[in-house]
Amino acid sequence: MSTVDPKDLADFSEQADAWFAENVERDPGFMLPLTFMEVGTDTQFNFLRDWQNKVWEAGYLGAAWPKAYGGGGLPQAFQIAATRAMRKRQGPIMLNAIGLNWAGPLLLEMGTEAQKQAHLKGILSAEDIWCQGFSEPGHGSDLGSAQTRAVRDGDHYVVNGSKIWTTLGRYAKYMILLARTDPSTERKYDGLSFFLMPMKAPGIETVPIRKLTGEHGFTQTFFTDAKAPADGLVGPEGGGWKVAMRTLEYERGARGGQAGGYVSVGANAFDVFALAQRTKRGGQPVLEDPLVADEMVGFLMEIQALTLNGQRTQVPELIADRPQGIPLASKLMGTEMSRRLNDFAVRLTGVRGAYYVDEPEAADNGLWARNYLNAFSATIGGGTSQIQANIVGEHVLGLPKS
Amino acid sequence: MKDLGRIGFTEDQATLLDVATDFCLRRSPVATVRRLMEAEAGHDPAVWAELGDLGWLGVAIPEAYGGSGLGLAEVVPLVEQMGRRLMAGPFVSTTLAAQALIAAGTEDQKREALPRIAAGEAATLALAELDTDWEPDAIACTATRQADGRLALSGRKVLVTDASEARRIIASVRIDGTPALVLLTPDDLPAGALRQETVIDGTRRSFGLTLDGIVLDADRRFDPNRTVAALEHVHLAANLLAAADMVGGTQACIDYTLDYLRTRNQFGKVIGSYQALKHPIVDAYTRYEQARSHLYSAAHCFNEQGTGEIAVRMAKASADVAYSFAADRAIQFHGGFGFTWDCDAQLYRRRAIWHAAQFGDAAFHRKKLARLLF
Repeated sequence: MSTVDPKDLADFSEQADAWFAENVERDPGFMLPLTFMEVGTDTQFNFLRDWQNKVWEAGYLGAAWPKAYGGGGLPQAFQIAATRAMRKRQGPIMLNAIGLNWAGPLLLEMGTEAQKQAHLKGILSAEDIWCQGFSEPGHGSDLGSAQTRAVRDGDHYVVNGSKIWTTLGRYAKYMILLARTDPSTERKYDGLSFFLMPMKAPGIETVPIRKLTGEHGFTQTFFTDAKAPADGLVGPEGGGWKVAMRTLEYERGARGGQAGGYVSVGANAFDVFALAQRTKRGGQPVLEDPLVADEMVGFLMEIQALTLNGQRTQVPELIADRPQGIPLASKLMGTEMSRRLNDFAVRLTGVRGAYYVDEPEAADNGLWARNYLNAFSATIGGGTSQIQANIVGEHVLGLPKS
Repeated sequence: MKDLGRIGFTEDQATLLDVATDFCLRRSPVATVRRLMEAEAGHDPAVWAELGDLGWLGVAIPEAYGGSGLGLAEVVPLVEQMGRRLMAGPFVSTTLAAQALIAAGTEDQKREALPRIAAGEAATLALAELDTDWEPDAIACTATRQADGRLALSGRKVLVTDASEARRIIASVRIDGTPALVLLTPDDLPAGALRQETVIDGTRRSFGLTLDGIVLDADRRFDPNRTVAALEHVHLAANLLAAADMVGGTQACIDYTLDYLRTRNQFGKVIGSYQALKHPIVDAYTRYEQARSHLYSAAHCFNEQGTGEIAVRMAKASADVAYSFAADRAIQFHGGFGFTWDCDAQLYRRRAIWHAAQFGDAAFHRKKLARLLF
């Protein structure tokens, strides 16, 4: 990576800020999804796909990916600046999350040249939407026990089985798929392979799943003699577990290389603080209640700690004892805080806490209750908090496997 | 939203962290800690002399007064490592007394005292009183001007750490109702003025100080115009260094517990494989990392008006919760051994309680934060 000329970076930041200020459309006339897991209607999908494409064309997404694959070829600092401008101007989320954050950096690191050429640009432009086929109805946290079968037949594999919680499954052109190519291995992990699976192939059916919020956003995916091309293998046959684990590192933010932007705009402690500041109960500001005030302070301390944790990982001397500690624990800390914070927000709204989305008397159109229920997607998806605690306990603190 | 602070780290901090990590590990193994707890002095004079030689006592003292002219940000890694090794001795008492002198001492007082402190003369503060809150201006002790202009002190101070070897004691009193700081020396104290207190943290030497009968020349008073600000400064400095000691202790306490969880067998399994133990220790660990981030933000932002106070209070509140939880669970997770004197978990728990009782616990600082932030 070349060194950064501060002047170039400052100019770039200024341009990005101006561009987002001009191009962000905050109220398109329908409810915008707060995360990529909540895209339930074609109207929402088309809007977000166009938006991502526009951001990429302007040079503010994938700015640090290589030019040969549709990126900007710039140092990472430029993408960070672009993302900051996007956030400051409250741009909608980037839609193609699994491509941008997980599959993309994975292919950059481990993909063949042909795979990079075929896929990376489409990920950035949102022309090719990606989904993920890891969890199965019978195996969520225990990913290593996946049973979906892939059997080699000439230049392709024949896939049978089912995957669940397929975010954007209805729209996806490709899936990163973990399937069992050998059921007879001594270690269950050694029988798994990792595929780039075309979704618009015969034998693939996606069935919508309704979430606890009442909305749609993901599917169950059924494979019946569906063909996965052999040149879509990432890593060797039987080497899929390692690739899947690396994917999860990208997913959990424990490893960098993502295309940039953000894929969710869940309320943070400062939004909840703003809610607390404008909320009254019995005619009195709710923050004058010392118990509420104490809880609010606790959340502000916690969000500040997470911000500082991120800054501290940039100072090698201050993470020398356990360099992987904060990165591996950040999903656990961040998602659990978000869940508790949104629960607090619902309670802040007092009597209105009983209302839900679309009730005219609901505080912020029921946003907080919806946020709280959606927050479980992060404490369960990508490895539950309990699995995360095992990972931190075992890989950071050196405890034996449970 | 106000600026809540940010991480910054100087080369001096890095160097001192490195040196202190090694020094405290070598000079304060837990066997030594336990031996010194039983000894009258409570610490090793040879180590104290080494601290002086290393220049640590002068780190936050200006060069003009014999120090190296750095700041409390550079003291933080030293105290963190001392806390990690449960190290005993009057380092923090002396450093805080020097801060009071720097903040409100007269020029004569500073010229006389600071170079000697930097060279290794212990000093301490006499601020706390029983049955007050932790506000820095919660002072009931008094000094009354006599006809000859001298100051007659009255009242009782508590938790005066390391008073028996301090060459200077800086006490807070009220003069005509206004907070004041005065400088005492051992020669000023009548026989029996100091009474050693039995405190929960056995690595400490702490004293009650009866001020009645002490009469001081008027020039022992600090600069009245800077006294209120100095009391606030010392309150925050004390909390910053307490947070440092607590964060270091939290780390050691977690490591100590992990050693046990990795080696103790029950029901045919290493107990660290049980999630009932694994998940709470992960919880302790994440709280520790958060507390340490708050600590180094507070260290970095300490001198910033407004932000410094917010960051310090967050650091102390966060460290209190992290240390108390980690040490409480450390006792429990050691099972029957945890209930014995020989298990080190109790040493950490006692130290955490000691710190919570001084200069404000988590609830106190959170209440102050609500006023600062809302």
